[in-house]
Amino acid sequence: MKSDTQRVKGEALLEIRGLKIEGNSDGVWHPIVKGVDLTLKRGEVLGLIGESGAGKSTIGLAAMGFARPGCRIVDGTIMFDGIDLRAASEAEKRHLWGARIAYVAQSAAAAFNPAHRLIDQTVETAVRDGIRTRDQAVADSVDLYRRLQLPNPEHIGDRFPHQVSGGQLQRAMTAMAMSCRPDLIIFDEPTTALDVTTQVEVLAAMRNIVEQFHTAAIYITHDLAVVAQMADRIMVLRHGLEVEEAPTREMLKEPKQDYTKTLWAVRSLVKEESISDDVTLSVRNVDASYSGVVKVLDNVTVCLPRGRTVAVVGESGSGKSTLARAITGLLPPSKGEIQFNGKVLPKALKDRDKDTLRRIQMIYQSADTSLNPRQTIRDIIGRPLEFYHGVKGAARDRRVAELLDAIELDESYIDRLPTELSGGQKQRISIARALAAQPDIIICDEVTSALDQIVQEEILTLLMKLQKETNVSYLFITHDIATVRAISDEIVVMHQGKVVQQGPKTQVLNPPHPPYTELLLSSVPQMDPDWLTNLLADRARAKVKA
Amino acid sequence: MHPVLKTVLQRLGLGLLTLFVVSVLIFASLEMLPGGFAEAILGQGATPETVAAFNKQIGLDRPAAVRYVEWIWNILHGDFGYSYAGMGGSIKRSVSDLIAPRLYNTFFLAIMTAIVAVPLSLFLGIMAALYRNSWYDRTVNAVTLTTIATPEFFIAYLLMFFLAIKAKWFPTLSTVSESTTLLEHLWRAGLPAITLTLVIVAHMMRMTRAALINLLASPYMEMAQLKGVPRREAIVKHALPNAWAPIATVIAFNLAYLVVGVVVVEVVFVYPGIGQLMVDAVSSRDMPVVQACALIFAATYILLNLSADVVSIITNPRLLHPK
Repeated sequence: MKSDTQRVKGEALLEIRGLKIEGNSDGVWHPIVKGVDLTLKRGEVLGLIGESGAGKSTIGLAAMGFARPGCRIVDGTIMFDGIDLRAASEAEKRHLWGARIAYVAQSAAAAFNPAHRLIDQTVETAVRDGIRTRDQAVADSVDLYRRLQLPNPEHIGDRFPHQVSGGQLQRAMTAMAMSCRPDLIIFDEPTTALDVTTQVEVLAAMRNIVEQFHTAAIYITHDLAVVAQMADRIMVLRHGLEVEEAPTREMLKEPKQDYTKTLWAVRSLVKEESISDDVTLSVRNVDASYSGVVKVLDNVTVCLPRGRTVAVVGESGSGKSTLARAITGLLPPSKGEIQFNGKVLPKALKDRDKDTLRRIQMIYQSADTSLNPRQTIRDIIGRPLEFYHGVKGAARDRRVAELLDAIELDESYIDRLPTELSGGQKQRISIARALAAQPDIIICDEVTSALDQIVQEEILTLLMKLQKETNVSYLFITHDIATVRAISDEIVVMHQGKVVQQGPKTQVLNPPHPPYTELLLSSVPQMDPDWLTNLLADRARAKVKA
Repeated sequence: MHPVLKTVLQRLGLGLLTLFVVSVLIFASLEMLPGGFAEAILGQGATPETVAAFNKQIGLDRPAAVRYVEWIWNILHGDFGYSYAGMGGSIKRSVSDLIAPRLYNTFFLAIMTAIVAVPLSLFLGIMAALYRNSWYDRTVNAVTLTTIATPEFFIAYLLMFFLAIKAKWFPTLSTVSESTTLLEHLWRAGLPAITLTLVIVAHMMRMTRAALINLLASPYMEMAQLKGVPRREAIVKHALPNAWAPIATVIAFNLAYLVVGVVVVEVVFVYPGIGQLMVDAVSSRDMPVVQACALIFAATYILLNLSADVVSIITNPRLLHPK
C-alpha cells in the first residue's frame, strides 16, 4: 500500500482546494482549518499527521462533505469523483456515505451500536442501498472478516460489540467500511486506542485489505511511525495549515520544516541510567484482585530505589494501574507485603498515618478529571500544604508561588481556574500538588499519555529536573516505550498481572529478551517505512521455524 | 440458569417481600384510623354496648395480630373475606364479588387508555427528538405541559362540555353495567380515556424525547450518519433500542397511575371503577374492601415496575448476552 512503485495510481479521486472550516465555542466562530489543498488519486493512501488541534480529523470528515455539529465549512471546494460535495444535497451525500466513501472511527467500542450484532451493522449500508441482497452481503462480510484475520469469521458477526476485543472491533469496523467496496476510506486515528501489540495486527490487516481492493484512503494519526507504515504520501498539519507534504520515504529521510523535525522530539530525550541500591519502597510477592476471583496482581515483586525512576510498562489489563492502587492502599493486597523506608506499610489506606500518606503521592493521566474545576490554583496546591504541613495564610501563598516557580509557571496563575489552562499546564499543576506534600515517592500513572509529543517532552524534562532537585523517586506507569527510554533508570515489564522482567534500562531494552518483552518491544512502530513489512516477515519466519 | 432469568426471579421474590411489608403497613395503618365500622353504621347515638356487640358479631373484638394472620392466610388461599356491609344480614357479599366487576372496569379503562397513550407518546417523543427545537417540538412540549398542568377534573369537564354536550359524540356519563356490550363500553369509556391520555402523555413523551436526545451525540449515531443512514431511520433503528430502559420505567409508572390514581376521573364521569369503590369503603370503614383494594394497587405497582426492569434487562445486550 505504501511504496509508490508497487501500485498504479489512477486519476484524481478527491480534490480539495482552499478548504476553510470554522468551529463554534461559546457563540464565537473561530477558524480551525485555514485554507488547505489536498489531492488524492485512486488507490492512493495519504497520511494526515499533526498534534491535537491541527484540524486533521476535521479535514478528514470534510473530505466526506461532513462537518460535526458546532463546525461549518465556510470556504473552498471539495470535489469527489466529479461531485461537488459542498453543493451536494444531504440526500446525495447520504447516498455516497457508506457506499462510496466510508469512515473508520477512532474508538470502535464507541462507534459500534451496542444494541446490534456486528453482522447487522456490517451489512447495513450494502443492504439498504440495494448494492447486495442480505445473504450476499453476509457471505461477503464473512469473506472480509477472514481477510482481516478475525478469529472464527463465520460466527464472529453474531456477536455483540461488547463480546469482542478492541483490536477485533477495529478490524470489524474496517470490514464494515469495506462492505460496499468504497472508492475512499477515511481512517480517523484507528489504532490510537489500541495497545502496541494489538496495533501491529490491526495495521497489517488494514494495510492488506486496502491494497487488495485498491481503495484510496486518508489515514489520520498523530504517530509518524504508524503513518510511515500506511501512507504513500504524508501531509503534516499544524494549526489548520499545511506545514509540508511529501512522499513517505522522502519525508522521513529529510523533513524540510523545523516543525516536522520536532515531531521526533521525545525520541531524542535520553536519560543516563543510574543504578542505586538504596531502596525506599519494595513490593514483595503481592497478590491483589477486585472481585476476589481473578488475580489482577499475581505474586508481584518490585523495588523502587531512592531518587530514581522505575518505569512500569505493559499493555492495558496487565495490572500496572492496579499496582499503583495497591501501593497507595486504595486496593489492599490479598497477599504479600509492601515495605516503605524499611518498615511494613499497613495494607489499607485508612490504617496509614498522615506522615506515611504524605510521603507517597500520585499524579493521574487526566488532569481534567483529577483537578477540581471549581477550585483556584491557590486552593489546589495550597490544600496539601495546609493538610500535611499546617502552613496557612501568607506563608501558604508564598509556598504556592515557590511551587509555581518550580513547575515553570508564572506567579500570576495563582488565582486562575484549571479550565483556563492548557493540557500541559494542568498537568504541571498536578505535579505541583504532588510536590507540595514533599513526598519521597510520586506514582505517575500515564501522566503524559493524553498530551502531544512536544508537551510530553516538556513535562518529562520538568519531572527529571524536579527529581534532581528533590531526590524524589518516581514509579512511572506507561504503555509508551519511547517515554520509558527517555526517563527511566530501571524497567519493570508486566503482563497479565505478573512481572515478566525487571532490571536496569539497558539490560531490559537490549537482548536477550524474555518472549513477552520481545513481543512488546518489537511491536513499537519505528520510523522506518519498511518496519511493518520486515516485522511481519520476521514473525512469519519464526512461526515456520517453531 | 440464564442470568436474566435469575435476575427476574430475584426481583419477583423481592416484589413478594415488598407486597408482604405493604400488607402489614396497610393493615396497621387502617387499625390506627379513628372510629370503626360499627360507629360508622350505627351512628352517633350508638351506646358502647351496641358497638361492642356489633364488633363481636363481625369478629372485630379479637386482637389485631390474630385478625391479620387470618386475613393473610385466607388471601393466600384466594379468599379476600366478606364485606362488613351486609355482614349481619342474610346476604353476605364476598369482597371478591364486590371488587371483580369494578376491577374489570378499571383495567378496561386503563388498557384502553394505554393502547392509545403509549404509542402516541412514543411517536410524539420520537418526532420531537427528530425535529429538536423546531416549531413542532416547541408546540408539542407546550401543549403536553399544559395538559399535565391542568387539573384532571377540569379537563374532564371541558371535554364533557365540548365533546358530549355540544358535539354529542360521547355520553356525558360513563355508567356501564355487566350487560353493556364491548362496543358500547368502549364508547361510554371514551371521554375518561381521552382525559387520562391527556394527563399521562406529557410525561412519557418528554422522557422518550430526552432519552433519545441523550444518545444523539454518541459516536455510534455519528457513525450511522456517516454510513448514510437517514436521520429518521437512525433514530428509530440506532437510538431507540438503546433508550428503552428509561422510557419503560416512565411508562410503567404512568400505567400504574392509570390503575390506582384515577378516582377523580371516575367520579366526574360516574364510571364504576375500583377507585370509587375504595373511596366509598374508606368512608364507611369497610376494612376488608379497603385492604383488598390497597393490596391490589400495591401488586399493580410492583408488577409494572418489575416489567420495566425486565424490559431494561432484555434490551441491554450486555446483560442478555454476557461475554
